[in-house]
Amino acid sequence: MRITLNGKTMEAREGETILSAARRMGLNIPTLCHMEGLPPTGACRVCLVEDVKTGRLIPSCSFPVSEGMDIATHSSQVVAARKTIIELLLASHPDDCLYCASNGTCELQKYAQELGVRQRSYSGDRNRIDLDMSSPSIIRDPEKCILCGRCVRVCSEVQGVSAIDFAGRGSNAQVSCAFDEGLNVSSCVNCGQCVMVCPTGALTERRDVDRVLAALDDPKKTVVVQHAPAVSVSLAEEFGIKPGSDVVDKMNAAFRRMGFDKIFPTSFSADLTVMEEAHELVERVKKGGPFPMFTSCSPGWIKYLEEFHPDLLGNVSTCKSPQQMMGAVVKRLWAPAQGLESGQVFNVSVMPCTAKKFEAARPEMGGEVPDVDAVITTRELAEMIRMFGIDITSLEGEQADSPFGDRSSAGKLFGATGGVMEAAARTAYHMITGKELPELKIDAVRGLQDVKEAVVNIDGLELKLAVVSGLGNAGRLLKDIIDGKRTYHFVEVMTCRGGCISGGGQPLVTNPERVKARMQVLYEIDRDASLRVSHENPSIKALYRDFLKEPGSHKSHELLHTEYSPREVLK
Amino acid sequence: MGSTKILKVLERYPGVGKDKLIPILQEVQEAEGFLGREAVILIGKHLDVPASKIYGVATFYNQFRFEPVGRFHIQICRGTACHVKGSAKLLETLKRELGVEPGRTTRDGMFSIEVVACIGACGLAPAISINGEFHARVTPEEIPVILGNCRKSAQEVS
Repeated sequence: MRITLNGKTMEAREGETILSAARRMGLNIPTLCHMEGLPPTGACRVCLVEDVKTGRLIPSCSFPVSEGMDIATHSSQVVAARKTIIELLLASHPDDCLYCASNGTCELQKYAQELGVRQRSYSGDRNRIDLDMSSPSIIRDPEKCILCGRCVRVCSEVQGVSAIDFAGRGSNAQVSCAFDEGLNVSSCVNCGQCVMVCPTGALTERRDVDRVLAALDDPKKTVVVQHAPAVSVSLAEEFGIKPGSDVVDKMNAAFRRMGFDKIFPTSFSADLTVMEEAHELVERVKKGGPFPMFTSCSPGWIKYLEEFHPDLLGNVSTCKSPQQMMGAVVKRLWAPAQGLESGQVFNVSVMPCTAKKFEAARPEMGGEVPDVDAVITTRELAEMIRMFGIDITSLEGEQADSPFGDRSSAGKLFGATGGVMEAAARTAYHMITGKELPELKIDAVRGLQDVKEAVVNIDGLELKLAVVSGLGNAGRLLKDIIDGKRTYHFVEVMTCRGGCISGGGQPLVTNPERVKARMQVLYEIDRDASLRVSHENPSIKALYRDFLKEPGSHKSHELLHTEYSPREVLK
Repeated sequence: MGSTKILKVLERYPGVGKDKLIPILQEVQEAEGFLGREAVILIGKHLDVPASKIYGVATFYNQFRFEPVGRFHIQICRGTACHVKGSAKLLETLKRELGVEPGRTTRDGMFSIEVVACIGACGLAPAISINGEFHARVTPEEIPVILGNCRKSAQEVS
């Protein structure tokens, strides 16, 4: 099918929208409500283009191409209309860009700039709505909301949670939880995917940078930092380095420049999680269940289960997540060995995730003296690095500290969907057979598909595995499991589609290409590693020898395992 | 408890889809006087609709409320005739005197305000109705007096 775009004829695909054809041609059409991969809503109108034959303005995001169509994407009429739309959105917007968390990343700001908005043309009444600061992970500022609906859609259509929706009508419309209650008592699982899609500063993470700075300034505190596997493969993008670059060594150097006393990668405690979780799986195989066993590393998924499927909590692995295992090991084992009180150690964790902030604050995770004291996102780490004036590109790489600095590449794989499963399968195989898996790489659980299945043959035992990411997908898989349509021994669930590499704490520009690049570099790290299985990690062996004895021991259970209970929320 | 009333309404809608949400909300409000948390949870389960969505639909319409009405339920007409005769000022006065927005109930449970489109008393504009009793050609100055009378009658009864 041939259409004309700005005077140039091009080949368009049957059924695609004008926007999709135009973007393929490299034409830059602004959008606010548009979400790649979801059906269009046509709500914001900022993508409108001109049908040259009729002079009509039509929304390019929802209008399909047709034979002989003649479209102008940037005629004076179009640009004027777009500018008016932005000006109308600004009419009731708080003008506090300098103080806004989204200053510099705000799409509304960007379009106002691009369209030459230099003065307030319309002045509307500002809706005075209180900030929602109730959540340990996410702050909502409805005054900055432009009602594009992306957060509402990602919460319901992608995650299947629906903690938020539009409420009210007309100029009083706003996005809110049921009964205008706080996010903390809603069904929100803190995944932060709403933060990732919010075009303005209406949704941001709860910022914990200041607490970390205060700890770094406190001479009485030993500040220990851990960083999740997905952080070092995404952080570079915040500094304009090409996606798919692993900057773990430079990041270590940056941590030391900022004054962190010890650096222990979370991939180390991921190895520890693998030992405990694989042991648990083997025990269940011996006892005959309960199956399927679900992974427990992803805190959004845990809260989702507590709310929506409390009857399945008995199937979840009792293992704490790698973040919490590291926190517990550092505070309860390492600190005393150094002659430090647990209160003198300040555990900072850098996570690609907003739900980890919630997880660290759970009463199960240390209580009075929490195992992890502050959680910052990849974005907040980038903010700190900029704040300290560190040019990360010019830093010489440095290594992590002992005794928890070693990691296997299996622990690093945790950053991508399927990684926990692959790591656990390698170690479970070894636990049962005493031999290594003939092929360590399990292709069936790799890649960005929503649901992946694999069967691993362990000495005649056919272990049926599944990997799912995105809670919407997980919800559908759970339904099949409950209905008896699918049976597995072990299921890995990640809250966010693609796993932690596309978590809610990652750089705000996160798109399928970047997620693919981050995943690819994790696979390359595993391919090139000499230590590829958790059970051969010398630091893990030492930890068991000196403190824990063996996986599933009494001490392990005391420090590394926990239980969850049903959670009553409005859902 | 209220749940039996709510369940009774839901029993009349077996196996229905989301399209029956509004009639169900209306009937539950009719039975209960308002839509509470319990109602939203039960309706949500029945229709497989999230609570946030039900709240969103219900807040779109003026007719739904989320708290029980007050002992004195004040309906203020904001129809065309009443508007021309100054009902906006009346509403403002009511809100100020009672410290609550339309759809809400005062903390002591005494008064609630509801904005209605037209109560069919254009000849009496601007009109308000308190527990079904009409007050004609009301002026903002009369509002405190009317509210005072309500409070007095409540005291006499108790």
